[in-house]
Amino acid sequence: MAFTRRKMLILGSASFATATLVGLPAFASLTDDAIIAITGGAETSDAGITLTAPEIAENGNTVPVEVSAPGATSIALFASGNPTPSVATFNFGPLAGSQTGATRIRLAKTQDVVAIATMPDGSFLRASVTVKVTIGGCGG
Amino acid sequence: MKLQNAIAAAAILSFAGTMGFAQTDNELTVEGQLISTEAAAPAHMENVGTVYSGWRFRSEETQAMQTDDFDNSGFVFVDDGLALMASVDGSEGKSCASCHEDAEEFAGLKAQMPRVNDSGELETLEDLVNTCRTERMGAEPWKYNGSQMAAVTAVIGLQSRGMPVDVAIDGAAESFWERGKDLYYARVGQLDLSCANCHEDNYGTMIRADHLSQGQINGFPTYRLKNAKLNTVHSRFSGCMKNVRAEPYAIGSDEFKALELYLASRGTGLSVETPSIRN
Amino acid sequence: MAENVRPRVRVPKTAAAGEVITIKSLISHKMESGQRKDGDGNVIPRSIINRFVCAFNGETVIDVTLEAAVSTNPFFEFEAVVPEAGDFSFTWYDDDGSVYEETKSVAIA
Repeated sequence: MAFTRRKMLILGSASFATATLVGLPAFASLTDDAIIAITGGAETSDAGITLTAPEIAENGNTVPVEVSAPGATSIALFASGNPTPSVATFNFGPLAGSQTGATRIRLAKTQDVVAIATMPDGSFLRASVTVKVTIGGCGG
Repeated sequence: MKLQNAIAAAAILSFAGTMGFAQTDNELTVEGQLISTEAAAPAHMENVGTVYSGWRFRSEETQAMQTDDFDNSGFVFVDDGLALMASVDGSEGKSCASCHEDAEEFAGLKAQMPRVNDSGELETLEDLVNTCRTERMGAEPWKYNGSQMAAVTAVIGLQSRGMPVDVAIDGAAESFWERGKDLYYARVGQLDLSCANCHEDNYGTMIRADHLSQGQINGFPTYRLKNAKLNTVHSRFSGCMKNVRAEPYAIGSDEFKALELYLASRGTGLSVETPSIRN
Repeated sequence: MAENVRPRVRVPKTAAAGEVITIKSLISHKMESGQRKDGDGNVIPRSIINRFVCAFNGETVIDVTLEAAVSTNPFFEFEAVVPEAGDFSFTWYDDDGSVYEETKSVAIA
């Protein structure tokens, strides 16, 4: 791709405007771009990384997620359907008891949560979980 | 055992012609203390055999947040409440702690509220707090459903956690209780729904993607994932009334206090869960 | 300094030398996302905790970068090695420049 990051972001914004009008899914490009910013486009493996999130989130405002990638130097979390896909990055220090982190995140709608682990040998691991975000009964 | 209870309850319900339900059979233990999330319905409830805490209708992830006081974000506000109770306010130079050294002395209070006072008025925990503030501290009353009131009533309610709800509904309380019952069964708003239409006739079923509970109030003030703060019971009533497109009664009104008494009585035997976690 | 920011951490008081322990942290913070608008339609500016660091005797356990998608009252759970007696430090960095700190000591049992 000859696109620069800046162009990608502009394209992302444009596709948002279009998507808002015609209801197409947007932002996949933003998440892919954010991941490429970490991996440089390198292949990722799905072994050795575990991402745990509820299949159905009772409220998108507070969704518990846990990610574990033994030996990783860092793990980045992305919410592919959020206006801004980046969620958090766990950087593990020498006294980390494991390369595991749990937190609670906001999901704007049903979407894939993606975790990218950076390994000390320069390789990358990827895990993805679809979380259905439900709409409340009365008030939403 | 739990499952058998649930099946027995289901049989009673289907006999009564009520919709089936699908709440979880999970047991709630908080910090090593077993919390009763179901109880035989009190005799005055004609259409329900077993009462269930709203906790039983939540997803496992939401349920888990209430099993540990650190995971329970409501405790952020309990800490706020403890700080408020220790801070001096008003013309008398007093804090709550000036008279109530240890919040533990409030153990059991929440389980009995609301109650009728010596003047024959139905009073809530919020009324007690504001009476203390205006009459003994010389301070301004707090907003009935404001963040300070929610935080302090959460601290007071927490002291009764695990104790069974047991409000007086006879004697001086009876007329208030009857009024609350009338309000519970009165259809209101553009959707023409009463509390009972959802929370008695249809608990356990889905309302869109949400799981309808019995509308129990044993866990209030409750931390809701929806707004990430403590919610008072009158705010919840107000929200429910807006949802059925009705004009809500005022927060702190006689109507909501009467409804609060009636709803508390529908949860007789359930443990106080303050501060609970709901969606 | 944002209002009512209150850090909470849970760390065992004692551990065996070299033991892996579980730590939980939570800080009361609204985590204003910058996506919301006020009653007049103006965007409410972003105001979040953007970094959380846990260290033991000065050595990093975990260093987390937070974005606006982390929920109100940010919660973290993670594991740490306790090589010796000492202090865990917890530091939260606010968009407004405020820094909130908490320390917990661990003894070797």
